[in-house]
Amino acid sequence: MAAIELPTWAALAPALILAATALVLFLIDSIESEPDTTSPVLLTAVGLAGALGALAFNVWYLIADTGQNAPIELFGGQLMVDGMTLVLGTIVASVLALVVLASYDYIADDPYQAEYFSLLFLAATGMTLLGSVDSFVTAFLALELSSLPSYALVAYLKDNQGSVEAGLKYFLIGALSSAIFAYGISLIYGATGSLQFDAVAAAVDPTALPGILGVGIVMVAGGVAFKTAIVPFHFWAPEAYEGAPTPISAFLSSASKAAGFILAFRIFTTAFPIEAVATTIDWLVLFQALAVVTMVLGNFAAATQESVKRMLAYSSIGHAGYVLIALAALTPTANADLVLGAGMLHLLVYGFMNTGAFLFVGLAEYWDVGRTFEDYNGLAQEAPIASVAMTIFLFSLAGLPVGAGFLSKYVLFGAAVGAGLWWLAAVGAIASALSLFYYARVVKALWIEEPSQDFEIDTYPVGLYAAIIVAAVVTVLLLPGFGLVSEDAIAAAGALL
Amino acid sequence: MLLEALLVSVLLGAGIVAVAPNRYAGKLAAAISLVPLLGSFYLWSAFDGASNALLGTNPAFETTIEWISLAGYQLQWHVGLDGVSLPLVILTTILTTTAIVSAWTPIDERQSQFYALVLLLEAGLLGVFGALDFFLWFVFWEVVLVPMYFLIAIWGGPRRKYAAIKFFVYTNVASLVMFIGFIALVFGLGDSITTLGLPEITQALQAGELTGLAGLGPGALKGAAFIAMFAGFAVKVPMVPFHTWLPDAHVEAPTPVSVLLAGVLLKMGTYALLRFNFTMLPDVAKANAEIIAIFAVVSVIYGALLALAQRDLKRIVAYSSISSMGYVLLGLIAYTAHGVGGATFQMVSHGFISGLMFMTVGVIYNQTHTRMVGDMSGLADRMPVTVGIFVAAAFGYMGLPLMSGFAAEVLIFLGAFPSTVLPGAPIFTALAMFGIVIVAGYLLLAMQRTLFGPFDLETDYELGRAPVQDVAPLVVLLACVIALGVAPDLFYGMIQDAVSPILALGGGA
Repeated sequence: MAAIELPTWAALAPALILAATALVLFLIDSIESEPDTTSPVLLTAVGLAGALGALAFNVWYLIADTGQNAPIELFGGQLMVDGMTLVLGTIVASVLALVVLASYDYIADDPYQAEYFSLLFLAATGMTLLGSVDSFVTAFLALELSSLPSYALVAYLKDNQGSVEAGLKYFLIGALSSAIFAYGISLIYGATGSLQFDAVAAAVDPTALPGILGVGIVMVAGGVAFKTAIVPFHFWAPEAYEGAPTPISAFLSSASKAAGFILAFRIFTTAFPIEAVATTIDWLVLFQALAVVTMVLGNFAAATQESVKRMLAYSSIGHAGYVLIALAALTPTANADLVLGAGMLHLLVYGFMNTGAFLFVGLAEYWDVGRTFEDYNGLAQEAPIASVAMTIFLFSLAGLPVGAGFLSKYVLFGAAVGAGLWWLAAVGAIASALSLFYYARVVKALWIEEPSQDFEIDTYPVGLYAAIIVAAVVTVLLLPGFGLVSEDAIAAAGALL
Repeated sequence: MLLEALLVSVLLGAGIVAVAPNRYAGKLAAAISLVPLLGSFYLWSAFDGASNALLGTNPAFETTIEWISLAGYQLQWHVGLDGVSLPLVILTTILTTTAIVSAWTPIDERQSQFYALVLLLEAGLLGVFGALDFFLWFVFWEVVLVPMYFLIAIWGGPRRKYAAIKFFVYTNVASLVMFIGFIALVFGLGDSITTLGLPEITQALQAGELTGLAGLGPGALKGAAFIAMFAGFAVKVPMVPFHTWLPDAHVEAPTPVSVLLAGVLLKMGTYALLRFNFTMLPDVAKANAEIIAIFAVVSVIYGALLALAQRDLKRIVAYSSISSMGYVLLGLIAYTAHGVGGATFQMVSHGFISGLMFMTVGVIYNQTHTRMVGDMSGLADRMPVTVGIFVAAAFGYMGLPLMSGFAAEVLIFLGAFPSTVLPGAPIFTALAMFGIVIVAGYLLLAMQRTLFGPFDLETDYELGRAPVQDVAPLVVLLACVIALGVAPDLFYGMIQDAVSPILALGGGA
C-alpha cells in the first residue's frame, strides 16, 4: 500500500488529468489577445505534460495494484477502476503522447492549433473513461465524448477536400451507429430493467423476452463494431484514416480502437456472460464469424492498395480481426485469462507499432514525398533512421520478431488454438502471411528500389522524428520486456472473468 | 553464459559494422566474426554434454532465466548445447567467417549494411541451435528471415525481388503452420507442463501426459501436430514437393548468401525435424515410417534428376541440396544409431560441402561473369587452383572416401539398411543409393563441359587467376571437409552420445 491514502476518486486521475489538460489548453488560447497566436511550443509542451502525467498515473496504479485485487467502484457503480481500465489508460496516454509530439510539426502551418489539441484531449478523456464504465449510461456518454471530438479532428484540415469528406462520412456513419447502440441499450433495459452491467447480467432471463434481449445484444455489438472498425461496420475507416491528418489517423486507429475493444471486452464478459445468454444469442459464434471476415477482408483489401496510408488503414481493420479472436475464443474450455489477456497485449503493442507506422507516413507527407508505394522508393537513402524505425514497425505488424508484435500475435493465435479454435488461428495465419507481403512492399520501396524522384528534404522535423524513434524503441524493447506487461494484462483479464 | 557472450558479441558486431564506412566494413566484419568462431572452438574444447538436450538432463553451457509469465506458462531464456547442436554451431561460425571473406570481391555496394545483416543472420542461426525454450527458439527461427530477405532482395540477381518475397512468404507460412501444430500439443499437455521448455515438453510427451484438445483424442492430436510440424519444417529443408522457393532464392542470392542459405539455413529444417518430430513424437514417426521414407527417397531421386536438367551451375548445386537433404530424412526415420547419427553428421558435412560448392561457383562467376554450363569450357588452364578445389568439392559431394560426404552417406546407408522401424528398409536404402549415381552423373558432366577441354568463354572477360582472398576461404572449407572425412569422430562421438537416447524412444537399435 502506498504511504498516503488517496481518496477513491483519485483512481480516475488519468482521465481527470486529460480533461483538465483540455480545459487548460482552451484557457491558454482564450487569454491570448489575438486569435490564433498561441505559441505552438507552449501548446505542445502543455499537451505533452498532460499526456505524460496521465501515463505516469496509469503506470503507477498498475505497479501499485490499484483496483486490481478488487475493482474500485465510483458513483454508485456507474464507473469503476480495475486492471483493464489502467491497461487501456496506458495505451491511450502513450499513443496520445506520441501523437501530440508528432502534431507539433504536422500542423505547424495550420490555424486553430489550440482547438486541435484540446479536442484531442477531450477525445482521449472519453477513450480513457471507456475503460472504467460500468453501466450502459456511462458507456454511451464516454463513447460520445470520444467520438464527437474525433469527427471534428478528422475534418480538421478544412481546406483539404479529402479531410472534409472523411469527417462527414465518419460523422454520418458514427451518428447512425450511436443511434443503433442507444437503441440496443433501450432494448436491453426493456428486457432486464437495468443498465448497470452486473445488474444486467443478474437480471438476464433467457425465457423472458428473449427476442428483445437478443436484438439488443446484437445492436450493442454493432455499436462496438463500429468503434473498432470491424467488418461489416468498417466502411468509414479507410476513408477517415486516409483523409484525416495523419497523427489523427494514428490516434484513431490505435487508441480509439483499443478503447472500443476494451469496452467490448467489458460488456460481453460482465453484462452478457456467455453462460447466461448462450441460449438467447451465442455471441461466440457471432464474433468468430466477424473475426474471420474481418481478418480476411482487411488483409486482402490492404494487399490491393496503392496508397501506403490506405494500406495501413486496411491493415488496421485486419488487426481488429486478430484482436476480435480474444472475444471469439472465450469458449468454455479456453484458458480465458490468456485469451483475453492476449487481446489486450496485442492492443498495447499495436498502439506503438501502428502509431509509429502512421507517423512515418505523416513524416513522408511533411516532406511531400507522395502517397503511393512507388513514391517511397529509395527514401531510406535520405532518412535512414526513420526508415529503420518504419521497417521495425512494419515487420512487427507482420509478426516478425523484430518487435513485440511477434509475441502478441503468436500468443493470440496460440490462445485461440488452446481454446480449441485451431481453424480460427489458421485463418489468422493465412491473413498474417498475406500481410507480410504487403508490409514488405513498403520495406522494399524504402530500402531496395532506386529513388523514382528527387527528394527535396531540407528539414528533419524534431517532434515527428522523436515520436517515431520513441515508438520504435518501445516496440523493440517490448520484445524482451514482454513479461513486464503480460502479467498485468493477464491479471486484468483474470479479474474480469 | 558463454553462449550469451557469443550472441551478444555477434549482435554488437552487427551494430558496429552497420555504422562503419563501406570501405572497411568487410575487413571489420571478418575480424568481428572471429570472436564467435574462436568462441565456438572454445565451446567445443570445453564441451561436457553427454546426453540429448531434450531427453537427458543438463545440456552443456545451460542458462535458464525467467522471461515472460503467461497465465500458467513460463517462457524462459533457456539455452544449452548437446552433441547435435554443437557441431551445427561450429558449422555456422566457420561458414559465416568464410562467407564474409568470400564476399569481399563480389559485394561492391552498401557493404556495411551487407556485412551487418550477415552478422545478424549469424546471431539468429546461433540462437536457433542454442535455444531450448519454444518461444525463444521461435524468435530466432523467425528472426533469421529478416536479414535473409534483405540480403537476397538488395544484393541478389536480376529477379531478386521476386525470389526474396517468395522465400519470405513461403517460409513464413510454413512457420505459422508449424506453430499451430506445436502449440496444440502444448495445450494438449494441459497442466502437466509449466514452461514452454523443449526438454520439459518432450519429457511430458514421453510420459504420456497428453490429453485431448478440442475433441481430438491424444492419438489424433499427435498425428495432426506431427503433420503440421512436418509440413512446416519440410518447407525449410526443403523437401519435394515444398522445394520451389529454393532454386529461386539460391540463384538470385549473392554467392556468400547462397553459401549460408545452403550451408546452414537448410539445416535449420532438418535440425527442427530431428528435435521436434523425431524426438517428441517418435511413435507417430514410426507408425508412418514408409510414408516418410517415400518423401525421403522422392526428394533424393527427384532433386537429383532436377539437378541433372539444369545448365546454371548454381541451380545444379541448389537442386542437389534437395537431394542431399533427402538422405538426412532417410537416416532419421531409420531410428538406428548410424541412421540418426549419420543424418546429423550429414547436416554438418553437407553444410561444408554445399557451402564450398557455392563458393567455388561464386569465384568462377567473379572471373567469368557467367554460371551457365554451355558458356564456358576449359577453365582448368586459366584458374588451376579454383578448378582443383571445384573438382575436390564435387568428388566430396559424390561421396569420395576420406571426404566428409562419404562418411555421412556411408553411415546413413549403414544405419538405414538394417532398420527395424522402417518396413522394407533395404529397398528404400537401395533406391536412395541410386541417387548417388545421378549425382555423379550431373557433376561429372558439368565439370567435363566447363572445366576441361579447350578454353572458351562466351562472355568477354579477361580470365585470370582468382585473388587470394577468394581462394583462401575455399581452402579452409576444403580442409574442413577432408578433416571430417578422415576423422569423422571429431563430431561423430558427441553426435552418438546425443542421439542414442532418441533411439530408445523409436524402438530401434
